[in-house]
Amino acid sequence: MSAPELPLSLRTNPRLDRWVRFGAAGKVTVFSGKVELGQGIVTAIAQIAADELGVEPEQLAIVAGDTTSAPDEWYTAGSQSIEVGGTSMRRVCAEVRSLFVEAAAAELEVAPADLEVRAGEFAVPGTDLKRSYWELAHKVSLARDYSGRPVLPRKSALPGLVGTSAPRRDLPAKLGGAAYVHDMTLPGMVFARVLRPPAYGARLVALDEAALRSAPGVVAVVRSGSFLALAAEREEQAVAALETARRAARWDAPPMPGQTEIVPFLMGLPARSSTVYAKGSAASAGTQRFEATYSKPYLAHASLGPSCALAVAEGGRIRIWSHTQGPHMLRGQIAKALGLPDSAVEVMHRDGAGCYGHNGADDAALDAALVARACGRPVMLQWTREDELRWAPYGSAMAVKIAADVEPGGRIVGWKHELWSHTHVKRPGRGEGIELLAAWHMDPPVPVPPAADLPLPAGGGDRNAVPIYDFPHQEVVYHFLPEMPLRVSALRALGAFANVFAIESMLDEIAAGIGVDPLELRLRHLADERAREVLRAAAQAAGAKRDGTGRGIGFARYKNLSAYCAVVADVEIARQLRVRRVVAAVDAGLVVNPDGLRNQIEGGIVQAASWALKEQVRWTRDGVALHGWEDYPILGFDEVPDIEVVIVERRDAPSLGAGECAAGPTAAAIANALYDGLGVRARHLPLTPERVAAAMN
Amino acid sequence: MSERFTLRVNGATHAVRAERNTPLVYVLRNDLGLKGTRFGCGTGHCGACTVLYDGNAVQSCDTPLWAAEGHEITTIEGLGRADRPHPLQRAFLDEQAAQCGYCVDGIIMSAAALLARSARPTRDEIAAALGRHLCRCGTHLRILRAIERAASEMAR
Repeated sequence: MSAPELPLSLRTNPRLDRWVRFGAAGKVTVFSGKVELGQGIVTAIAQIAADELGVEPEQLAIVAGDTTSAPDEWYTAGSQSIEVGGTSMRRVCAEVRSLFVEAAAAELEVAPADLEVRAGEFAVPGTDLKRSYWELAHKVSLARDYSGRPVLPRKSALPGLVGTSAPRRDLPAKLGGAAYVHDMTLPGMVFARVLRPPAYGARLVALDEAALRSAPGVVAVVRSGSFLALAAEREEQAVAALETARRAARWDAPPMPGQTEIVPFLMGLPARSSTVYAKGSAASAGTQRFEATYSKPYLAHASLGPSCALAVAEGGRIRIWSHTQGPHMLRGQIAKALGLPDSAVEVMHRDGAGCYGHNGADDAALDAALVARACGRPVMLQWTREDELRWAPYGSAMAVKIAADVEPGGRIVGWKHELWSHTHVKRPGRGEGIELLAAWHMDPPVPVPPAADLPLPAGGGDRNAVPIYDFPHQEVVYHFLPEMPLRVSALRALGAFANVFAIESMLDEIAAGIGVDPLELRLRHLADERAREVLRAAAQAAGAKRDGTGRGIGFARYKNLSAYCAVVADVEIARQLRVRRVVAAVDAGLVVNPDGLRNQIEGGIVQAASWALKEQVRWTRDGVALHGWEDYPILGFDEVPDIEVVIVERRDAPSLGAGECAAGPTAAAIANALYDGLGVRARHLPLTPERVAAAMN
Repeated sequence: MSERFTLRVNGATHAVRAERNTPLVYVLRNDLGLKGTRFGCGTGHCGACTVLYDGNAVQSCDTPLWAAEGHEITTIEGLGRADRPHPLQRAFLDEQAAQCGYCVDGIIMSAAALLARSARPTRDEIAAALGRHLCRCGTHLRILRAIERAASEMAR
């Protein structure tokens, strides 16, 4: 295997003992840079490692996300954990196994091919000849780089774990006790909160810090410029002191631009426009043109648990426990913010509440570090619900304008896709400066780093803007909006949510316009056999439509590189729009854990339905108007549709990232179902009752 | 002003000192170390902190400490532990009814209250009983299935 084909994680972390270490007899620990976000990745990577090594799951421990021991795999993001992290782990473990097979064969004076591995022992079946990893560990040094040498095939006495629905390793603890970073307790720990400004850019002009210091239980008031945090002996004392501080603080806040409809709002901002993709030449005469503009609002992560971190400052060093997606990246940013060398900062990942992208986890880690340094005691810092909804970055609002040219025979020959969006990646450690909230509020403030977006083919705002369909002329223009009136960064699926919603809605508009079945129109323009198969599988599983419902379909291959996903939604329109049933078909290549994949697709569908039907960030000139859940309703237990997920098996194909693939197809399927049921074309999300009513008139 | 309170939690008696309006969730988590009761919003909107109060599901973030005295409080730890799980906990594992899991302990408490008063609830009744719970990962259907499974196992 030549070097450039190696997964990135392995190229930058080639040492085998960065990934695998044998401990006491019968125990092996593997180290991963990909962390648990509620998506089950730790279980899946452990399955891969146990399979390749030939050990029992119980013999294997996994450490994920730790700057003191685990490999640096940047972020757990972009549905890349199986594709890149899992592939790296697989290759390392296969090479480690091969080294041990050779050592065992040499000791036992047998051929490597005679050995079978089971529970960490290499044995010649039918004899008592055997050696275990632990007996051989002193002879096989893993302090060497991954070589990519051909590995010996795994001969195991046991069926593999990969492809089975191994239960989540982390769930038993979560169903009944301490399990999250929020639940850690350190000796002498104090509880901290931050008084966030009332609006972006607000400056703290007056606060009686002395009065705050004398509030019950308060042990520290940390102020630097407009950053203010406090710590107390008891958690409720920190909460009470925060309220006192909120009432006493005087701020000087610049007004925000007022909220209008998303399309004029975004199109009114300064843009840097460029053609990011083009092929073929413009359509010939005699075609019919379809044109429409679609939009989605700013969306909040709205995780159930507010962001939280623990920190200890001791002897010029800082230790941090965080639910960050990128422990190594965070370490560098914290070190920079505190003026410390990277080596003086340790970041240990601990599980948090659901993470769907760049949320407040990293910000809370710097908050905690600042308080820990100021008060000299271990600190548990937690955001409030209001902080979480107002200060975690949002997924950018987007507008998408599509113009399509269709020949009289029903072939789409031209397609122009224009999009207006802010960046979808402002993660800490990407680019210059410090991408952490407290650093912008401190004195002197660190300027907010300039925005840039991820380039195609994966793309950021333009993720999935290039249609996968076989249209001879295609053009994608990205009107990138560098100004960000609201804080934005990565939210599940990035621009793919709006782009797929728009493309798949437009296809439906064309199908209706020329009188062709929506599925047939898609198949007519799709050469990719895997794409065709998931579409057919979803349509077949959906079966016949029930009377009184509308049915819509949506499809995409995530990033045009990862999993294929087709979604059929059935909606009912009574007093309001209700999604009754959703059927999805997905092709994610080799599936490591089928139940884990189903869970991701089901969750992605519910979350996307919630985005599509209910969610939008509202603001006024005084700031973001989100204070609690009442301002940001999400889909409830009485509103979720029935969901069926069909996995199209491809055991011989590489695993494809699937955590985000359902979002865009789901929103499009719902909007298309609304059209099918009611004849109403809704192009702007969310599809609230008011929007649906307005579209009807 | 800090006062002394006597609490009955998971069948045991505990003395705690705190200000009388302290939300019960902080006392459970920080004084009694019962971390399965999670803080989510502090305003009674999400249900992550749900406990049983004389058998009824209440949200401990808007239950003041003084109101808990003299009542039987049950947290998820009182329902069952990993080595001795309650049928609901076992059913949630069997259905793998979680992604991040942050909402789930509170939901199990509401489900326990529901099953105590209605042995075989319909799916609509279960969904209605979870009307004050939020799940952001989208595991609703698994959660509903897990509660149905627990109900049928407990009814045997």
